[in-house]
Amino acid sequence: MKYLILVYSNPESWEHPMFGRDPGFLGLTEAERDDVVREAEALHAEIVASGELIEGVALADPVTARTARPDDGGGVIVTDGPYLETKEQLAGYFVVDCETPARAAEIAARFPDARLTAVEVRPIMTTGGEEM
Amino acid sequence: MTPRPTPAVVGELLRTLAPQVLGPLARRSARFEDAEDAVQEALLAATVQWPVEGLPDEPRAWLRTVAARRLADRLRSEAASRRREERDAARIPADAHLAPAPDGESDVATGVDDTLVLLLLCCHPTLSPSSQVALTLRAVGGLTTAEIARSFLVPEATMGQRISRAKGRIRASGARFALPVGAEVPTRWAAALHVLYLIFSEGSTATSGADLHRPDLTAEAIRLARLVRRLRPDDGEAAGLLALMLLVEARRAARIRADGRLVPLAEQDRALWDGDRIAEGVALLTHALPRATLGPYQLQAAIAAVHAEAPSAAATDWRQVVALYRLLDGLAPSPVVTLNRAVAVAMADGPEAGLALLAPLADDERLAGHHRLPAVRAHLREMAGDRAGAEADYRTAARLTTSLPEQRYLRERAAGLVPTTARCPVTRPGGSATVRFRVVTPGSRRSHPRP
Repeated sequence: MKYLILVYSNPESWEHPMFGRDPGFLGLTEAERDDVVREAEALHAEIVASGELIEGVALADPVTARTARPDDGGGVIVTDGPYLETKEQLAGYFVVDCETPARAAEIAARFPDARLTAVEVRPIMTTGGEEM
Repeated sequence: MTPRPTPAVVGELLRTLAPQVLGPLARRSARFEDAEDAVQEALLAATVQWPVEGLPDEPRAWLRTVAARRLADRLRSEAASRRREERDAARIPADAHLAPAPDGESDVATGVDDTLVLLLLCCHPTLSPSSQVALTLRAVGGLTTAEIARSFLVPEATMGQRISRAKGRIRASGARFALPVGAEVPTRWAAALHVLYLIFSEGSTATSGADLHRPDLTAEAIRLARLVRRLRPDDGEAAGLLALMLLVEARRAARIRADGRLVPLAEQDRALWDGDRIAEGVALLTHALPRATLGPYQLQAAIAAVHAEAPSAAATDWRQVVALYRLLDGLAPSPVVTLNRAVAVAMADGPEAGLALLAPLADDERLAGHHRLPAVRAHLREMAGDRAGAEADYRTAARLTTSLPEQRYLRERAAGLVPTTARCPVTRPGGSATVRFRVVTPGSRRSHPRP
């Protein structure tokens, strides 16, 4: 079963890895920060080696985003900036293929961002179906 | 060299020959992981060369020679790098045991055993199910990493990673290239059959519409199940698994409409069912049931056979289906079996009886968040005339499923387009075509004294 892991971030400035620019992370001691980085690297290595990681993508600064939406006249207008006017923004996403939903949630919980902002796991729908 | 074969013909031949080439090489070299890579390289070389240059006179001997040479190269370069690292004059492994096996060797006695040893090794208990599946398809099924990756819709690198990790785990476990002995034998065979079942399930839930670039996993699973059935003729569960696959596959053309819509069993056009596959599945089962120890695959195949032989959903011998599900629930209990049993009970004894069976499942953690319980309950509530309850359950199930066609089907049911009760009247079983699969249970023995 494939899952999309969405990493949300609230950085001081846009620089990957995003958790490294999070005020919560910057407030840690150097030793604590090293631990967090090591754990993040270990998680990445683990899901590569297990054949669970399918894709990992870092997104550019929301300042570079453009959003298309309906305008007042029944057409579409494209504006500069992200869709959501919030401080928390989508920083990147990962696609993983896991044995169980619990494993996907476990991976999400081990992203450093899960302790600082939020990491969301969404199952990816399949085009096949079971006989009913 | 013979006239040039098509890539499809070459592919089919290579898949058949792969375990016959790998088995002896792995046994003689005692290096399963390296031998497996070497055979994969030989298969790839044949995939490229044979369609252009024609088949060699002895394709298996050709593959064995190339694979043995690749393995020798691997071990030699490994020894060389070890020497460099250790500044040690490690000896190059003697080539004697790496010479290709004499081509006649594996034919009946050893070749048979080698293929089964390979299968059990690929289904080693230290591996996750998805790794067992990937490794089995490559080492026993002779598929390339790229083909396996396409069939599971993942990148080739990801699939390659799974396969090499699986082989690393086997090496770390210290497993030898030999048939297991003692108490673990039954569980190892059960695991191997389960892997074939997983391959089949993956293929049978795939979308309709021919995708030429995606290998047909149901066909692959059936081919491997045929192989195991041939090599283990007395294993009733191997026969049962093959029968189950054939009987389910027989419904394939009727299961999905051209527009991708799912057709439930009750509404399938039975004229589209594949009579040849049904006949083969039924014959396998008829042969196995009186001889072998009863097991879950034989029971599931027997249930599929009752459906296959019924002229319509209404004329199905639902009492027989209920009896078979009761046995299955006793032999291999699972909430999913109970769900299916509840549907059969509802058809035999009315929806209230089915709903009563479902009630305890609401607290079952194994079904928590899963769409199947609300989907089945919706169906039974609809049968019972509880339209509001059914609609709510269909909508819950539609929100929980992760399958697009299932969601579409459940939403359409919720919209109340087709009242099931009109299509599947609860009737007593009609014809007696299914008598052959009657299983005598303690209960039925009391009520139906032996003639």
